[in-house]
Amino acid sequence: MAFGPFLLLALMEGLVTSATLALAAAGLSLVFGVMRVVNVAHGEFYMLGAVLAWAVAALVPGPPALAFLAALVVAPLLVGALAAAADGLILKRLNYDPEATIVATIGLLYMIQQATLSLYGPNANPVQAPFDWRIQLPWFGYSGYKLFVILAAGLVLLALWAFMTRTKAGLIMRATQVDRTTARAFGINVDRVYMGTFALGAGLAALAGVLIVPIQQAHYLMGGDPLLLSFIVVIIGGLGSLRGTLIAALVIGLSDGVISMFFTPTLAKILATLLVAMVLVFRPHGLFGAKA
Amino acid sequence: MTGGGVTGGGVKVWVLHLALLAVLFSAQFWLSPYHATNLVRIMVLAVFAMGYNLAFGYTGLLSLGHALLLAAGMYAAGLPAQLWGWSAGPAFIAGVAGGGLMAAAVGLLALRTAGVSFMIVTLMFAQAGFLTLLYFAPITGGDDGFALANASRRIFGFDLSADTPRFLAAFVIFALGLLASLALVRSPFGRSMVAMRENEERSRMLGYNPFMVKLAALACSGLYAGAAGAAYALLFGYAGASFATIQYSILPMLYVLLGGAGTTLGPFLGALVMFALIEAASGLTSAYFFLVGAALVALVLFAPKGILGTIRERWVRWLP
Repeated sequence: MAFGPFLLLALMEGLVTSATLALAAAGLSLVFGVMRVVNVAHGEFYMLGAVLAWAVAALVPGPPALAFLAALVVAPLLVGALAAAADGLILKRLNYDPEATIVATIGLLYMIQQATLSLYGPNANPVQAPFDWRIQLPWFGYSGYKLFVILAAGLVLLALWAFMTRTKAGLIMRATQVDRTTARAFGINVDRVYMGTFALGAGLAALAGVLIVPIQQAHYLMGGDPLLLSFIVVIIGGLGSLRGTLIAALVIGLSDGVISMFFTPTLAKILATLLVAMVLVFRPHGLFGAKA
Repeated sequence: MTGGGVTGGGVKVWVLHLALLAVLFSAQFWLSPYHATNLVRIMVLAVFAMGYNLAFGYTGLLSLGHALLLAAGMYAAGLPAQLWGWSAGPAFIAGVAGGGLMAAAVGLLALRTAGVSFMIVTLMFAQAGFLTLLYFAPITGGDDGFALANASRRIFGFDLSADTPRFLAAFVIFALGLLASLALVRSPFGRSMVAMRENEERSRMLGYNPFMVKLAALACSGLYAGAAGAAYALLFGYAGASFATIQYSILPMLYVLLGGAGTTLGPFLGALVMFALIEAASGLTSAYFFLVGAALVALVLFAPKGILGTIRERWVRWLP
């Protein structure tokens, strides 16, 4: 294959990564922005989304498209409910102290991972894509499902943006983000906002997991990479800024796609992690974030 | 001030520590070989946790990257032994220095940040270190690691792969580490470390340089982590990239939180109790990490001061 089409393929693969990454990172960014909580268990919510998609696909009879549609609805709801419970039982009692919540979410990470290993097993299981069209380009054929993932992620992010800027619930969340005490003084139930935000953030990660599982298989350790990448995206984009998160997800996803086609992925990851650490050290508000 | 016992107590404090060391020394005579080997492991990991405690418990630096310092010690000792046939003594010294230097290098950059950013930066550095070990797998052995030749595991004519010398070596390192940390936290420098944890702004106004104090504390922490990594490599004859994974950053934090952050004996007690818990639970479940996770959540929820921190608060005020 000539260089041009090869680069095009790399960019398209990168776009798929960007799409799911943007969803997962938007959830992480939302939780950090509104609640000031760094959720280390975020990658496990992504993994749970994928594993639940597999479970739903195994339970729901009929065509794969129907099962997949069911998973798209059921998995984020279940994961959101789990996150809401974790918020009420653990995070709320810690008064959202930044360092204590990090330790607690590390604990949560281990518990979710091990529970999944015990219940689901150590194997990676595939889920059938809802449809298997191929789009024939002049140089290579490309999976239609991957294009659907890009489209779906775009739509969900658009809906999230509309929710945050155009609805009353979004307004209340933004008010809580800006000033929790004043929001409470105006009669906003901050506890409920926090619980909803944590559930929404986890649901977004789970949705990303459901979307990716027909491409990658569901495995109990699959949450590690998206966690690290989401962290990178959220930091580069500026902690708590949704627009920055989206731009950073595109940059990281595309460069990941291109770099891993031409270089070894380990070296790319080393450079990316060091780069991000340096951004945090020298530009603590991210490349796009406003000065606090 | 939560570190109320840092200065009081005097003779009682030293008697308590020496008594613990005497009991540990005698343990080799009354423990079964299996448990004695476990105790060697606990003592080595407790040295690691004591280093973590200096940074986190006393200075208030919550790092998520101490695995990098452990691995620095392990490879700084293991690689010269493997490649150039260094014997255990020089290799151990190289390991201690490796941990300290790595901590100083990380600190120079990471200490420009604080709180949550510090945690994420240290986590990122440790991840980069782990990936670097994988990248240079032909030298480091990558995930599989490498076994140290028995010829390198000798010190003063003793073979460290045999039970008794191994126990004694671990005991000596542990005893020196414990007494040094006790002396350190009771020294003026130790009190300036606690001042950073309690109120950095006020200590800056009193004329301290917070950056230098924290850097020195982190470097001390790195010396401990390096010693533990080197000891592990030499005593158990193995070095591998798995010791650079995030688990080994979480474990010392767990030990310290369990035993009591900011107490000299807490790291050892935490490591001991956690080993016993896992041993007791291994009959019931293989999900060892579930227990680790549950312990972390339970500790931050119900006992943020850990075992010795709670005892000090309620009953024994002079506990250091």
